[in-house]
Amino acid sequence: MIRIQHLKKSFGELNVLDDLTLDIEPGTVTAILGPNASGKSTLLKCILGLVNPDAGRILIDDEPIAGRSHYRAKIGYMPQIARFPDNLTVDELFAMLRDLREDAIDVDIELFARYEIGAMGKKRLGTLSGGTRQKILAAVALLFAPKILILDEPTVGLDPVSATVFKDKVRKERTNGRTIILSSHLVNEVEEMADRIVYLQDGKPFFVGTMEEIKRMTSEGHLDRALVRIMENAREATHGTRR
Amino acid sequence: MGHAGRILKYELHNLLRSKWLIGIAAMLFVVTEALFRFGGEPGKTIISVMSIVLVVVPLLSVVLGTIYFYNSREFNELLLAQPVTRTNIYLGKLIGFTSALCLAFLVGLGLPFLIHSYGLRDYIGKIVTLLLVGCCFIVIFASLAFYAATRFEDRIKGLGAVLVAWFLLTVVWDGVILLYVHVFREYPYEPGLLGLVFLNPIDLGRILILLQLDISALMGYTGAVFRNVFGTDRGAVLAAGAMIVYAAVPVLFGLRTFRAKDF
Repeated sequence: MIRIQHLKKSFGELNVLDDLTLDIEPGTVTAILGPNASGKSTLLKCILGLVNPDAGRILIDDEPIAGRSHYRAKIGYMPQIARFPDNLTVDELFAMLRDLREDAIDVDIELFARYEIGAMGKKRLGTLSGGTRQKILAAVALLFAPKILILDEPTVGLDPVSATVFKDKVRKERTNGRTIILSSHLVNEVEEMADRIVYLQDGKPFFVGTMEEIKRMTSEGHLDRALVRIMENAREATHGTRR
Repeated sequence: MGHAGRILKYELHNLLRSKWLIGIAAMLFVVTEALFRFGGEPGKTIISVMSIVLVVVPLLSVVLGTIYFYNSREFNELLLAQPVTRTNIYLGKLIGFTSALCLAFLVGLGLPFLIHSYGLRDYIGKIVTLLLVGCCFIVIFASLAFYAATRFEDRIKGLGAVLVAWFLLTVVWDGVILLYVHVFREYPYEPGLLGLVFLNPIDLGRILILLQLDISALMGYTGAVFRNVFGTDRGAVLAAGAMIVYAAVPVLFGLRTFRAKDF
């Protein structure tokens, strides 16, 4: 369970997160949506401890995370951009991450096996293609069977087959009672994976609800149309303009 | 082994295989070896090699350090998402980079001295001083580079800042010292000169090496003052202490900035 309470963060004049309060339940996939600069990645980075909030707090399993590092043993993170030290081999990268998580008991090598990463163990990371690096990132995020998964646009760099493998894996993990947070611009990705949608606008949740609720509320049958409707409503609500 | 040590281990694995590091060692080797073949007397060779250490080593350290740290930004994000403290990540990376560069420096510069070691028995103290000063420079300027790369989001700004710092310490400072000596030539300027030298790690390094060589006799009264200060045990401790302070300050500033930074 992740509780986010009155979170505020500004970069200079720009209020990226503006008194954001949100609970993220275990056993669900929560998709964070919103236009560019709505605070999606800042929110994810606050949960990871990469960004220090100006005010408010985040509790993971009822413990505040501020200034701590150990709670990250519960988290698997898949960033958007995959760049590794060029001269390390694939095997060494996995050995390094395992060394940094000496407490990890469970190891989940399903993605590692399905992406056939073992076969390229001796290759240097600098010689791999962007898609292969993305697969490695995905396998790394899931490697320690984390209770919490944070995925930042996970399938953008993956080929269709690998993307399907990944989505199946995420859905399977959800039924294992994990908390999964996903940030994405791809509607079909969200539709396939997410149970709950959090639509951010100007650093606040404008809409929080299940997939059915969003469709019912907007009386649109398809998620993409429902999202466009939400986006228009959000824009009107903040800027007061009608088309 | 703590987390910093583990990160350091993989940093070393990565760096020791990198082409530019091997290239630097090879380049230093070729230049030093050439100076040996054409330099004649070993004392003169050491002075020529000293100029490389004073100018090139700080420059290499700041430029490569900043570029290296900027290039590892994305991977740092992945490391920061692991259950590891920021202090361990920063120190692991910094110590890894510094040791790799020191190793390249010691191999590139030290190998020619080993090859020609038969005539160098009297020069061991001088060579060791030279290599130690070089390693101090690497620690100081790599820490400065990491600090700049943490402090400035924009890599052009970061690189610009370290180049300006290098230029101030290498070129402008000499001008300041000459100007000072010229203005105060009628007065006992040595104590002030000593202070100015202590304020710049490159000058401090230069004096430490020069005092090991006979040419300090050519520096007349100033040389005698330096010899009085640095020639004693207390002076050596003082100089070593100053070098440690010069390394510690950018490390602490870098660490503080890295811990508070938003990624």
